[in-house]
Amino acid sequence: MPAVSKLSPLEIKRTFSVQGMHCASCVRLIERALSRTNGISEANVNLATNKATITYDPKSVNDEQIESSVSNIGYKALLDEEVKSEDDEKKEKQKELRKLQHKVGISLFLGLLILWGSFPGLMNTAPAILRNFWIQLLLATPVQFWAGLDFYRATIPALKHRTANMDTLVAIGTTVAYSYSAFVTALPQVVKSIGIDPLPYFDVATIIIGLILLGRYFEAKAKAGTSEAIKKLIGLQAKTARVLRLSSVISNDSERSADSNLEISLRQLADRNDKSETSDESKYLEVDIPIDQVVIGDIIRVRPGEKIPVDGEILEGESSIDESMITGESIPADKTKGDTVVGATINKSGTFTYKATKVGQETMLAQIIKLVQEAQGSKAPIQRIADLISSYFVPIVIILAFATFGIWYVFGPTPALLYALLNTVAVLIIACPCAMGLATPTAIMVGTGKGAEHGILIKDAESLETAHKIKTVIFDKTGTLTKGKPEVTDIIARSEMMKQSIKRRSPRFARDGILRLAASIEKGSEHSLAEAIVQEAEKQNIQLEPVTKFKAIAGHGVEGVVDGKQVYFGNRKLMEREKVRILKLVQDDIERLESEGKTVMILATSSRHSERSEESQLIGLVAVADTVKDTAKEGVKALQKMGIEVVMITGDNTRSAKAIADQVGIKRVLAEVLPDQKEAEVRKIQAEGKKVAMVGDGINDAPALAAADIGIAMGSGTDVAIEAADITLINKDLKSVAQAINLSKKTMRTIKLNLFWAFGYNVSLIPVAMGVLYPFWGILLNPIFASVAMATSSISVVGNSLLLKRVRI
Amino acid sequence: MELDKIFVALFSLGGILFTYWFFLMRNEKEVAVTSDSIDITVEGGYQPEVISIPKGKTTKLNFLRKDPSSCLEEVVLGDFKVRKTLPLNQTVTIPITPQKEGEYVFSCGMNMFHGKIKVV
Repeated sequence: MPAVSKLSPLEIKRTFSVQGMHCASCVRLIERALSRTNGISEANVNLATNKATITYDPKSVNDEQIESSVSNIGYKALLDEEVKSEDDEKKEKQKELRKLQHKVGISLFLGLLILWGSFPGLMNTAPAILRNFWIQLLLATPVQFWAGLDFYRATIPALKHRTANMDTLVAIGTTVAYSYSAFVTALPQVVKSIGIDPLPYFDVATIIIGLILLGRYFEAKAKAGTSEAIKKLIGLQAKTARVLRLSSVISNDSERSADSNLEISLRQLADRNDKSETSDESKYLEVDIPIDQVVIGDIIRVRPGEKIPVDGEILEGESSIDESMITGESIPADKTKGDTVVGATINKSGTFTYKATKVGQETMLAQIIKLVQEAQGSKAPIQRIADLISSYFVPIVIILAFATFGIWYVFGPTPALLYALLNTVAVLIIACPCAMGLATPTAIMVGTGKGAEHGILIKDAESLETAHKIKTVIFDKTGTLTKGKPEVTDIIARSEMMKQSIKRRSPRFARDGILRLAASIEKGSEHSLAEAIVQEAEKQNIQLEPVTKFKAIAGHGVEGVVDGKQVYFGNRKLMEREKVRILKLVQDDIERLESEGKTVMILATSSRHSERSEESQLIGLVAVADTVKDTAKEGVKALQKMGIEVVMITGDNTRSAKAIADQVGIKRVLAEVLPDQKEAEVRKIQAEGKKVAMVGDGINDAPALAAADIGIAMGSGTDVAIEAADITLINKDLKSVAQAINLSKKTMRTIKLNLFWAFGYNVSLIPVAMGVLYPFWGILLNPIFASVAMATSSISVVGNSLLLKRVRI
Repeated sequence: MELDKIFVALFSLGGILFTYWFFLMRNEKEVAVTSDSIDITVEGGYQPEVISIPKGKTTKLNFLRKDPSSCLEEVVLGDFKVRKTLPLNQTVTIPITPQKEGEYVFSCGMNMFHGKIKVV
């Protein structure tokens, strides 16, 4: 093993695939070669995974040098495998499409020449050479065996394994037409002797191949559009991160842990704050490293206009961040120290440094990609019937083709052989199992992709299918309909003193006075409502006063001395205790506020700093309440407009629950429901025969979310909720509940239309191709038209799915 | 009935019976996976077509597509929520950890070729 040199802090680790390894000695060989390369300090090779991990200084050794060290000993290093393979795949796909384009062009051109020379009515205008059967054979042969090679290449191995697909049908159909025509060309007298005009049908074989390939070309192009959403998501990922690394700290530990990394980085930051930029420059360096090298705890700098590489928490600086690509929210979010940032979002204005908290597969983007990929790979229950049919479809079509041939030959008009052959070819060509296979998955792919674009993550196809049947949506109150954090809603001045202030200054002055006293005294309290009051004062830039003799009285409130005055702040009980008189007017105010679901706190002072409470006087009220989210009312209205019943569930008392429900327009309220009873309430509504969606924060409501037919979590996507819920709204927009149901409805409509089209097409046109209309109206299907119909049918299914991209949800 | 018609009628009937037997009555060869991975060749279908794997254990399915047919360019394991593109002549590994016993079908993107995973 190589000696590990002193690790420079600029060294990084990298793992890449190595091709050509087959034994343990290869491992040692590659390790030796790599570690002898200048700039690489350590190399480890794993035979099981075919991967090498090196620790190296990117400034001393480049990718080519690493690759050549490996290739010199007969192996191949795939350093940028991911990027390459993606590019390669794309290039290969494009190459395939170009090849297909050539094949389509040439086969249609040759096919049309043959058609010109052989189609009754048209052939008279064609040059004599095109009417020559041998020339037609010459023109048809490359189409059959070069352009049509893919059909044979797919058919032969399939037949070897006793399976069949679309290609089998095309290969059999065109081979029958081509072989008959070649036979007629070579031995016309034999055909003539059985009473058939010796005319070949090369046009049928060639045009069918040309048209089916044309259909396949358009289908491939359209299909690429169905997986666009996932490609877009993957493309959002930043490629590099600008990480701060301390240049003077040298570690010998090649397995530098995230903790030590964090330590170094934090020290750097501390240094930065203490010293000037110039001295700072010598302490740390900003290094651009590939995104997969970023470890948890790394300190990353992001400048304006740059993409945030991984998830983390801002350490210093502030900025406005465009998160629309992840959440669908178009208004940039202002973030400052302590706020979380999400990888792949774009830093709009300021420069900031942040600590990486989630990297690799743990980032929100990676989770979203995983979820969307999984949803696109999942199967909708509606697909089951298509699955069942498609597994028998091709053999059944071949059976029908044999039957067609037999029936037309035995019972058909003369020339029976010709009718039998052409109708058999038509049956084989018109059958389109592809349309059935594509009907559901393409719509699911577009539907889930569209959801992700709007910040609606759908777990699987089944959830997407169930969502359209939802008849009742239950919203959890706290944290879902409301912000989950109490806020000061009302400040009312109710004393002579304050009224004087109003006259002298402004009403604002009076309210600020109350808030100043209330916040000053609550500063020392640990009550959750206290925080709301202090925050409100901070928001209003109100200077707080020092408090002495602070005392919290359990179940009552707080008291203390502020500015030389004894201050009482709490509920009615406190006022009763302190014998503060509550006037009728104030009583009315309290009742009104309480009926709105607010918690009212009363502020009273005594003019002298004494223990004599008789002199205490009520000066005002502060009401605190959990406020509803901005999108709540609209979200509920949108659902009601769709005819969906909206229910609110909460552990709160009926009065405050009702107050919130009234604000957002919900009529049915389930109040005083303990957390463990929520699940039972969901089941009760289900027992009414309704499909129920439960909307919650995903963590506290997990059992209720699981019990509902569809669990919708309002989550940040980084927590467990994303796994637990059927639908996760990462945009935290309550309007998206209706959007998700709407998306489900639109997707299901598309799927049903696709299935109807695919089944209807096959069920109605296969009998036509067999000639069932012939005895009544003399209608037969020309095999060329059969190929047109077949090519259009799968394109129309994919095209219909793509239309989903355009619908408004 | 003329001789040729009798011959063609018999030919058609024979063709129907042959097709039924050939495609619909074949025995699916089942391969039991004993190690933690199995190579599945994608060529005119999936070989082996039926595999049996143990419950609760992660098994790596190494798909190697040798068939250029665009039909087979994707593999879908709907029950495991996997839809993967299979580049030609490249092994794509899909690890699965089934938690329930039963039969799970996998198919190509257009749902024409099928394979089966039996979880025992």
